[in-house]
Amino acid sequence: MGSYTYQRFRYRTPDELAGGRPKRRPVAIVGAGPVGLSAAIDLAQQGVPCVVLDDNDSVSDGSRAICWAKRTLEIFDRLGVAGRMTAKGVTWKVGRVYHGDCELYQFDLLPEGGHKMPAFINLQQYHVEQYLVERVCELPELIELRWKNRVTAVEDLDDGVRITVGTPDGEYHLECDWLIAADGARSSVRTLRGHQFEGQAFEDKFLIVDVRMEATYPSDRRFWFQPSFDPGESVLIHRQPDNLFRIDFQLGRDADPDLERDASRVMERVRRVVGPHVPCEFEWCSVYSFRCARIARFIDGHVIFVGDAAHVVSPFGARGGNGGIQDVDNLCWKLARVIRSEAPARLLASYEIERGRAADESILNSRRTTAFMSPGSTVERQFRDAVLELAADFPFARALVNSGRLSQPCDYAGLPGMALEAGTVAGAMSAGAPCSDAPVTRADGTPGWLLEQLGTTPCALVFVEAETQAARADADGADCGIRGLKVITVGAQASRGTRLADPQGLVRSRYGGAAGVTYLIRPDQHVLARWAHCDPHALRAAWDAYRRYDEERETA
Amino acid sequence: MSELRGADGFGGNGDEFYERLVAAHQGLSERQSGVLNARLILLLANQVGDRTILAQVLAAARASVSPAPEAGRE
Repeated sequence: MGSYTYQRFRYRTPDELAGGRPKRRPVAIVGAGPVGLSAAIDLAQQGVPCVVLDDNDSVSDGSRAICWAKRTLEIFDRLGVAGRMTAKGVTWKVGRVYHGDCELYQFDLLPEGGHKMPAFINLQQYHVEQYLVERVCELPELIELRWKNRVTAVEDLDDGVRITVGTPDGEYHLECDWLIAADGARSSVRTLRGHQFEGQAFEDKFLIVDVRMEATYPSDRRFWFQPSFDPGESVLIHRQPDNLFRIDFQLGRDADPDLERDASRVMERVRRVVGPHVPCEFEWCSVYSFRCARIARFIDGHVIFVGDAAHVVSPFGARGGNGGIQDVDNLCWKLARVIRSEAPARLLASYEIERGRAADESILNSRRTTAFMSPGSTVERQFRDAVLELAADFPFARALVNSGRLSQPCDYAGLPGMALEAGTVAGAMSAGAPCSDAPVTRADGTPGWLLEQLGTTPCALVFVEAETQAARADADGADCGIRGLKVITVGAQASRGTRLADPQGLVRSRYGGAAGVTYLIRPDQHVLARWAHCDPHALRAAWDAYRRYDEERETA
Repeated sequence: MSELRGADGFGGNGDEFYERLVAAHQGLSERQSGVLNARLILLLANQVGDRTILAQVLAAARASVSPAPEAGRE
């Protein structure tokens, strides 16, 4: 008896097998996990219809991905689901690291205020998927969700893909312009296309357990190296909603997965963590080991790989699920424009390059964490233990203690299409950086957040002092000819013609927003270029250089 | 550009340092000496800080022992 009631989603005979005429789709998505569902919603919100195929008929079995990072929540907010998630999830921002029984240090993942979304929430993957499915159901004209539909073959067409799908009623074929493979670490599309994961497999085995209990544990992430209460190398505890706790035990290389999965043995371990008297109930467990790996190319003809289907890492750092949602955020606005013939297909190469950097960053961080957690040789262990011991006394050693470097959005600085700057604008957000949030007051006087104003369309964020400047910025935006450009003027106070006021000054301080400063912001809320003064020709040139991608790659 | 120091950096007090280094290991088992060395390296490396120098130190120390592992494990 678990704390979550799994709903079985209804399988319906697909049109193709019910005598309907097969129709070609702009996009088919394989996999109805968090990544596939997010892609469907993102595309639908931009008017692109899609069909989602999943070989199962329920949400994630077990809590699995539970840590959702700020940037991901900002994307979920754009998709219309973050409110439910933050209401249900456990909010946290502090990680505590212990060696034995001694607390070595804490880290704070969001020390400043003035952001709509928290640093992290913990929320079971099944809740996340359920909310996403319910959001999908609000878009019935644009998304068709097909449960118990398994892709068994993928075949290239001249300008698209033809897939074979198995169902309880038999097989059918479906043609689409683009196929998004979001079918996870064991992606069948990846296997069908013959792509190999390149990377490293690690021998250490881990046990994750969800237990339900009334405990007064903090919401902080707590990580023990060489805990006194467990014979293993490390223990990690996260609090989830519904009085659930996720405990992650590092079992070592030689552990026997079948033995370690035994419920009474698991509960013995849990007992040593929580003490003998706290009533607690076993809910779910899994024994896993992991790889840090990716496929070389994320785009193969008209097949696009996202999330775990494209790259996998260890869970320490919460880079799997978060990386996948951020893949979707990067891809969907581009794919929507390609499908609407507003951009050439080669714009999609930017997805592969930018998210390739993100995957490489995650793999690098994950590998370093793993090396620290699982020293391979006597000498490696000597250094690792020396770091832990020195950390009690020396701050420099605390910086070397690596219990996971938690998911941060990738900065695309220096990649093709990201404008090189003259350096005349202050603030950290140069071209390629993810936009920072900040509180604003809208034109109607109501409070809001900057990031709510950005996204889906390209935006020109223009800092203004006077009403005439606001009018000028609007005119420049109209003149520059970027399709769908939204001009957002920000001033100190609300005045006629200025879209947003910045009463706390945080937008201006975070964006170096002196009067005249102009940012061109991509639909995925990354900076494309910025200038000390607004110039419609420069805006247009920067947007076109990115949209046309390859030409710019030659010169970048 | 920072560069690994090849010349004497002890200001003529090298003998004294060497004696102290050896003395620090006195009475320790091989395992304990390994622990001491690990701590020593970490403390010294942090004192140096400069990543270019540290890379040169690592390369110089490794050079005469056996060929370095393949580059690019980054």
